[in-house]
Amino acid sequence: MKWTLRLITLGALIAMPVAARAQGTKAPPPATPAKPPATFGIGRPATTAEIAALDIDVGPDGVGLPPGRGTSADGAPIYAARCASCHGKTGKEGPNDVLVGRLPGDAFPFAKDPRAPKTIGSYWPYATTVFDYIRRAMPPDRPGSLRDDEVYGLVAYLLTLNELIAPDAVVDAASLPKVKMPAHDRFVPDTRGQPKPARPPR
Amino acid sequence: MKVSRRDLLAGAAGVVALSRTVVPQAPEAPADSSKVRGKPSRALGQRAPAEKPLRQPRGATSSGTPHQDLYGTITPSDLHFERHHGGVPEIDPKTYSLLIHGMVDRPMVFSLADLKRFPAVSRVHFLECSGNFGGRGVATDLTPQQIAGLTSTSEWTGVPLAALFREVGASPKATWFLAEGQDAAVLTRSVPVSKAYDDALIAYGQNGEAIRPEQGYPARLFLPGWEGNASVKWLRRIELSDRPFMTREETSKYTDPMADGTARIFSFLMDARSLITYPAYPVTLTRGWVEINGIAWTGSGKIQRVDVSTDGGATWTPATLQDPVLPKAHTRFRHLWHWTGGDAVIMSRAVDETGYVQPTRDALIASRGVSTVGYHTNPITGWQVRADGAVTFRPEPWT
Repeated sequence: MKWTLRLITLGALIAMPVAARAQGTKAPPPATPAKPPATFGIGRPATTAEIAALDIDVGPDGVGLPPGRGTSADGAPIYAARCASCHGKTGKEGPNDVLVGRLPGDAFPFAKDPRAPKTIGSYWPYATTVFDYIRRAMPPDRPGSLRDDEVYGLVAYLLTLNELIAPDAVVDAASLPKVKMPAHDRFVPDTRGQPKPARPPR
Repeated sequence: MKVSRRDLLAGAAGVVALSRTVVPQAPEAPADSSKVRGKPSRALGQRAPAEKPLRQPRGATSSGTPHQDLYGTITPSDLHFERHHGGVPEIDPKTYSLLIHGMVDRPMVFSLADLKRFPAVSRVHFLECSGNFGGRGVATDLTPQQIAGLTSTSEWTGVPLAALFREVGASPKATWFLAEGQDAAVLTRSVPVSKAYDDALIAYGQNGEAIRPEQGYPARLFLPGWEGNASVKWLRRIELSDRPFMTREETSKYTDPMADGTARIFSFLMDARSLITYPAYPVTLTRGWVEINGIAWTGSGKIQRVDVSTDGGATWTPATLQDPVLPKAHTRFRHLWHWTGGDAVIMSRAVDETGYVQPTRDALIASRGVSTVGYHTNPITGWQVRADGAVTFRPEPWT
């Protein structure tokens, strides 16, 4: 490109906005932005089968517990084979989370005693959570691989070791939500921060 | 190991690469870059060879942001802290979907493309693991990364969860929802529905690009100002209900034993905190003017003030806050200090817009005990400056 041409191009570039401004064209009044609709029609309906395949949660009231059953005797060999390497032979040895153990008088010294283990028997407020968690996430080398009966058996075994149910008790959807956990009444709602409206704004 | 000229220069400047993995040597920079033609354009940018900020993994389940190597408030996405309970899953964005069901008129499934079709918002927010405190013992050789590496700030882009709740016709009677991840922990948390109508997002963007795998690719729940664990990553399912689900994470973990023999449950809010990131271990100070600076943040909104002390907490002076001060985001504070060479303890104290004042270690222990796990531990943190310029963490042992 020759220098003269470059200068002309540069001149045009500088002049252009000035020219546009000089014309003083008036912008038309702005249109009102579209109001968002109640729904956008994005996404698709979920099928019953899709929901059933994913809806694995178990609530504190037992909602979501599947058919099946297990006893401590059923769970003991499964525990030895699938759990003991991380949680110890009797659930007390680790190296990972200590699962078994009560404190004298079911005390709750956790704020003051850093060594007090937070076990199922000393800290977990709901027995249903034990089923939910084992079924969804354990064992880490093959998460979600245990059958429901195996999970019931493991839950029975762990509750028995924590002296929360009788050694011959059957754990199933009816009995598990009724297990009284020593720490149940220790949990209190957080009162920090500002209260927020519980309902969608109208 | 070959020692390059740059390493010698870096050493002379007092910059110490602490226990970092050895990075392959970069080619030597020319003595005069103006006498050598530079590199051509390229498809993907890279850091300057001399800059080697790294996260610091703690085991296989978390790694912290190197606050001592960063400026401003935005955390580079590849240095955003990570914390996961079943490893980082690999998820195909083409087959990813989010199911929303429970107390809704229309249970629905949204693909990633569906989520991106909704009107989006972008907001700058911090995200902090509630277990973000590494200064419990007697060690003094701790960096800002080791003290509080599990907080980071990004610009998050996504769909307001409220829009999705309208799309499925959420029942006005629903008070809680379950958020479930697609990782090997299939991590679940119960969240009050009110948060959805406040500021919760389903985020798919982070700092202008897709969310990183460690942050929940391709889509995650994001609850501004709340403990990181509740912002469930790799989100696959939301179920609305009229009661919480009492999952393992929100009962046996992420609850706070209190000195009165109770335990706080659903303690989502991250309280105000600040941390001086310069000067801090392992920096060696030179006498003269020092700009003390650091980050402050609060889950309650905006940081109102950060006070700095250079005499161990005897006197405090308000620091300058770097604009813009954004709600629920890291805020950079700066304080000019003329250091003449004596021993000093420097510390910072955040105050947020609700009037909450960052507590001392003693105040935290009085209300919470010396609890073993230590969620929501946000004490005023000090750095010891010695006469020779060495800066170390000032420990306040917790047991």
